[in-house]
Amino acid sequence: MTAQARSTTAPAVAAASRRRARGSRRAARVAALVFMITATVLWLVPILFALYVSLRPVEDTAQSGYFSLPRHLTLGNFTDAWTQSDMQRYFLNSVIVTVPAVLVTLLLASSVAFVLSRVRMRYTLTLLILFTAGNLLPQQVIITPLYRLYLLIPVPEFLSENGLLYNSYAGLILINVCFQLGFCVFVLSNYMKSIPHEIYEAAVVDGASLWTRYWKLTLPLCRPALAALATLLTTWIYNDFFWAIVLIQRGDKRPITSALANLQGQFVSNQNMIAAAALIAAIPTLIVYVVLQRQFIAGLALGSTKG
Amino acid sequence: MSHSVTPRPSGLPGSPTSRRSVLKGLAFTLGATAVPAGLLTACGSSSSPSGTSSGGSGGGATTVTFGSNYSDPAPKAAFEALTKTAGQQAGATITLNTVDHNTFQNNINSYLQGTPDTLFTWFAGYRMQFFAQQGLIAPIDDVWQKIGGNFGQAAQSLSKGLDGHYYFVPIYNYPWVVFYNKSTFQEKGYEIPKTWDDYVALLKKMKGDGLTPLAFADKDGWPALGTFDILNLRINGYDFHIQLMKHQVPWTDPRVTQVFQQWAEILPYCQPGATGRIWQDAVKTLESKQAGLMFQGTNQVAAQYVTDGKDLADLDFFAFPEINPQFGQDYMDAPTDGFCLAKNAKEDTVAAGKKVLEYLGTGDAEATFLKTDQWDVALAQGASIPTYNAIQKKSVEMIASCKAVSQFMDRDTDPGFASNVMIPSIQKFINDPSPSGIKSLQDSIEAQAKTIFTN
Amino acid sequence: MALQSRPRARGMTPRDRVLVGLMLGIPVLADLAFVWFPALSSVVLSFTRWNGIGGLDQIKPYGVENYRIAATVDPQFWPAVQHNAIWLLVFVCLATPLGMLFAVIIDRNIQGSRVYQSVLFLPVMLSLALIGIIWELIYSPNYGLINSITGHNHDDNLVNWLGDPHLNLWAVLVEACWRQAGYVMILYLAGLKAVDPSLREAALIDGSNAWQTFFRVVFPVMKPINVVILVVTLIESLRAYDLVYINSHGPVLPGLELLSILVTQNILGEQTRIGYGSALGVVLLVISLVPISVFLYQTFRREERP
Repeated sequence: MTAQARSTTAPAVAAASRRRARGSRRAARVAALVFMITATVLWLVPILFALYVSLRPVEDTAQSGYFSLPRHLTLGNFTDAWTQSDMQRYFLNSVIVTVPAVLVTLLLASSVAFVLSRVRMRYTLTLLILFTAGNLLPQQVIITPLYRLYLLIPVPEFLSENGLLYNSYAGLILINVCFQLGFCVFVLSNYMKSIPHEIYEAAVVDGASLWTRYWKLTLPLCRPALAALATLLTTWIYNDFFWAIVLIQRGDKRPITSALANLQGQFVSNQNMIAAAALIAAIPTLIVYVVLQRQFIAGLALGSTKG
Repeated sequence: MSHSVTPRPSGLPGSPTSRRSVLKGLAFTLGATAVPAGLLTACGSSSSPSGTSSGGSGGGATTVTFGSNYSDPAPKAAFEALTKTAGQQAGATITLNTVDHNTFQNNINSYLQGTPDTLFTWFAGYRMQFFAQQGLIAPIDDVWQKIGGNFGQAAQSLSKGLDGHYYFVPIYNYPWVVFYNKSTFQEKGYEIPKTWDDYVALLKKMKGDGLTPLAFADKDGWPALGTFDILNLRINGYDFHIQLMKHQVPWTDPRVTQVFQQWAEILPYCQPGATGRIWQDAVKTLESKQAGLMFQGTNQVAAQYVTDGKDLADLDFFAFPEINPQFGQDYMDAPTDGFCLAKNAKEDTVAAGKKVLEYLGTGDAEATFLKTDQWDVALAQGASIPTYNAIQKKSVEMIASCKAVSQFMDRDTDPGFASNVMIPSIQKFINDPSPSGIKSLQDSIEAQAKTIFTN
Repeated sequence: MALQSRPRARGMTPRDRVLVGLMLGIPVLADLAFVWFPALSSVVLSFTRWNGIGGLDQIKPYGVENYRIAATVDPQFWPAVQHNAIWLLVFVCLATPLGMLFAVIIDRNIQGSRVYQSVLFLPVMLSLALIGIIWELIYSPNYGLINSITGHNHDDNLVNWLGDPHLNLWAVLVEACWRQAGYVMILYLAGLKAVDPSLREAALIDGSNAWQTFFRVVFPVMKPINVVILVVTLIESLRAYDLVYINSHGPVLPGLELLSILVTQNILGEQTRIGYGSALGVVLLVISLVPISVFLYQTFRREERP
């Protein structure tokens, strides 16, 4: 690389410019720090405010508004939300849907990405566009025919009590998988393209089959990307409420996000308790993020920028 | 980048073997879904645990599922108690499927066409008649032969579809009236207004006293429809209102203009910023006595007082004042909620479902439901509800004194029209009540109505 | 099918071919059946009149009438198009650059960058229900945070953030940017981390300042991630729906109309107008697909060339 060569020839110039830049760089650093702290505080205020309201009893805020000094702070809203709204069940539903959906999406997307990036064939580009564009379609354009389709497609009874994709976890998982495939194929194929193909050539020489090259070679190398996508997918699927509202008929089969999405509004409501419920519902995604955070950034790197 | 050699594809593009193997792969995946499919169709109908073919008259334990939109804690508990009793009375096991109120309504279409519960909670009015007409609600004339005597003429006609058959069993209703705090009226010496002029004078006085005369919120869209309804009922009467709801009269009619003009007259006394406020917050301004009056249903105002831990005994209401002496205070919105039998319900649960409905159509059932409810009232004739509070007692009298009650705009007209045309239009009116605004609004409503009411 | 695989020089065994067929076939079939087929059916439905009830025989051909109604009768259509355009503009000009700026600063490892990163990304992880309630608490006219702090919470002087049609789009865009900036930041940060550090050092040694380094060296290398971000920005602004849905509480408030929300109201409501809703959906589809597929094609094609 040219950079390498230049760095050895110009140490003196660099030192001079570094000295000149030092003063202005410190000012820039302070400015950056102030900017980031301000932004962080601003970003946090709405969430902390919701937390504050959820810690206050409704009689208190009904009297003096949400922005007022507290007379009591209590966890009552949280316990009420937990017990009154049957949250355990909804959480479980979310797990039943999200975990398989994420795993299946990653499996399918990685196989497509592998074939598209590692097997030479025609129409690679067409297929890539087919998948990526599929993920860009508005959900609303899909839903009506999809609902009809779900009423027509029979599935084995262990997957659905009424024998249809409609109102079954399997159906909900299926559409989440199909819908999210696009983005994952896009990211993973980019990532896989960046894996040096000498590795594969060596593997082929060693007699590794296609499956081995996919399962034993490519997937482990893609681990960071898979972790990053797992985080994003978990968030998206867990937070999606659109599919479940139409495709799941029983209230007690809904994932937590659809169960909570409409809590405010029509009838009497206790905003403080709803805030508490919504905060509880946010915990799993936060945990996933914290756990996978380190892998996350590395994995989204998409590889291909390295020279 | 250091790509060295691009491996060149071997001779035959799309060699037959590869294509065949791919097709085999596809066939395999298709087969994988098709085979269980065949097995499945046979199981579909027999999936209910009891093998008995019908609910039977005696003590069969048929499971009846009940789709419910009673998702708030208090009505949910009341409804659970009611269905438990109903199950015992009808000799059936009732399992509830509770879905939050908004979602339940938005999805009713796909819900009823899919695999609905045997029974479900719904609303009287065109909202029920429409789905009956579309063949999604089952007629229950046989149920009404048994329960008919429990209800008066008004409740009976509410429960009929457009074809004259019965499709609905009512459980309760509630009036849309003007609420106030007794303490405020006492303190300031206000009088209950009987006529429009009194009403405007009262609003003016309240404003002078530093109160927000009318607490008002319309972020949710539907609350302001109630104001349109009552003004139209007072000015133009029930018959005109219903004709308008069915689009038998154009929305450009000068009588509609009058409704908007009359409304514009009191808008300056309404709490500003209504389109950004949820109705619960409007109730809070009444609760805290910053507002003098509020026009809405008891089902919301009284219920929110209870939720917020406020003094329900201080809350009182009066019927919306007279505007046109020809119609006096003869009409009001008193929405009725109740139950229907789904047409697509599992056949072996229909008989038991009807038995449950027979029980639900009794004063006894209404009393059971209203035990914990402090804002709705029963419809059954001579139902004695010992738990009624002052508000409920007054509601019963007020509804009974009406010559006719309408259901509410989103129940009396095409619900799609109500939510996609009327709600945004009225929100626009609230933001801009100028005469030219009214004119263009009416034109726009009428143009849209023409695209929706076509037959 | 598009599966005429051309084996490499060293050839694929029949087993490998079956495997390729499966690995590609299952996802492609699923995608076609459950995403593309419904989407194309919606296009067909947009030329019909159907209330969504009953069998397919209830569907009546309606020509382009739905499109005519949208363009000439529906008072919400043109505002929706306009709002979608504003949304896109704000995302491209504000949220995305802001997210990139966050990423660039965090990437320079200033004190506490881990904290900034976590907090700024937080809104992306939150569910709609929570975001809805959070902003309700903030924008509520009489009881909300902003009006309480600024003293505009009395009935005679209040600011109607979500109800005023001249104000509410901007209020919701604040929420949208709150979420979008964090999303862009994380994607961009990922891209930045992958830039070969020696490149940057080289530029610094050359005497370039930080900005010059970024624009001359780093930005061009990050083409792939820039593509992703542009696509994400486009999708998110065209599909924007959930925030308005949750903030409107019922039917969309005047001033907040967006195409996606109009589609939803007609397709998912209690009484549906499938044909009309589908027509609006097709408009959305065309708007989103045309630029995106042209764009994707360009990118992928360039990449294909060695």
